[in-house]
Amino acid sequence: MEFWRKPLDADDIHITRGNVYVLDDRCKGCGYCIEFCPQKVLKASKGFNKKGYHYPEILKPKDCLNCHYCEIICPDFAIYSIAQVVAEKGSKNEVNK
Amino acid sequence: MQPDHPLNDLLRKDRIPHIWCSGCGIGTIFSACLNAIKASEIDLSKVVMVSGIGCSGRGAGYINVDSFHTTHGRAIPFATGMKLANPSLHVIVFSGDGDLFAIGGNHFIHAARRNIELTVICVNNLNYGMTGGQAAATTPNRAKTTTTPLGNPESPFNLPLLAYASGATYVARWTMLHTRDLTNSIKEALQKKGFSFIEALCPCPVNYGRRNKLRPLDVFKAYQQKSIVKNGANPIEIDADSDKGIIVGKFIDTERPTYTEMYNKIYRSKG
Ligand code: SF4
Ligand code: SF4
Ligand code: SF4
Repeated sequence: MEFWRKPLDADDIHITRGNVYVLDDRCKGCGYCIEFCPQKVLKASKGFNKKGYHYPEILKPKDCLNCHYCEIICPDFAIYSIAQVVAEKGSKNEVNK
Repeated sequence: MQPDHPLNDLLRKDRIPHIWCSGCGIGTIFSACLNAIKASEIDLSKVVMVSGIGCSGRGAGYINVDSFHTTHGRAIPFATGMKLANPSLHVIVFSGDGDLFAIGGNHFIHAARRNIELTVICVNNLNYGMTGGQAAATTPNRAKTTTTPLGNPESPFNLPLLAYASGATYVARWTMLHTRDLTNSIKEALQKKGFSFIEALCPCPVNYGRRNKLRPLDVFKAYQQKSIVKNGANPIEIDADSDKGIIVGKFIDTERPTYTEMYNKIYRSKG
């Protein structure tokens, strides 16, 4: 991230990032993940999965904060986020928890 | 390559997708239970899940540890036998309100009274979902079900109060939306000795919801707006009423000698 002036606590604040994955054919289209994602990363697909449900599509993959809420609210084990490995300048690779 | 779902190792993947309806909360509560088992770091070969009959009763068939799907209402006696025969096991009973409190109600109160070391998770969907939405011992007064088309004339059990009065040493209630708190509670209960009881309120959109004009997101809105977290609240004062408020939290966390401890002291001590 580029800063005009570096905030004093920039080194302390660590924004986690995640990659969100959907297992289309497990989804039953309840829409809970879409409704509760704090970053509005997801939207319902136009297409159907094998069982005829509208699974979530990933609209804004870069905005996922790896909060796991979609993963824990999903009744069908169909969506999950995995921490991104962030390579920071001058430091070792760091993994978000 | 896409990584695996983090709970895949605890699921019988060949049985997924499960039978629970679209939008049913049981899957979320089951997932909280699996996350709690993971977080507790208990040796999985020592974890057993037992369930009875009903929608929630299918849980035992989806977890990839030793599990048993018992006859209606008999999850607790089966689990009791298992725990007494092999005290090193962590026995989880995952079942519904109909199974645990109607047909199995007697077993529940006696297991709590004897303080058998079990973790009992009750998915409370307020009706008999699997058989078509009949009134249960937990159906709110005036709610519509297939057997009470004009409204339920009976009053429901207050499950945490019943558990406390019967002698449970850990009692909590959460809704499926409080999934992180629910997971923590299950984890705590797993690590505790004695009889633990956790009620998880859950929408049943297909049967209960449809007849009471409650879409799942309306139920969630009610959970969000009406639930009040009151840890340590007196179980006699904990309503679960969409008008007065839904009191959730960890209500009881105490210690008293377990059945096995007392039995060993009286019958197995050398002396
Ligand atoms: S992990 Fe959080 S931010 Fe990312 S998609 Fe899921 S709910 Fe949205
Ligand atoms: S919460 Fe799960 S089942 Fe519901 S729409 Fe999202 S991925 Fe599908
Ligand atoms: S009938 Fe109700 S409780 Fe049973 S799986 Fe369907 S929504 Fe869930």
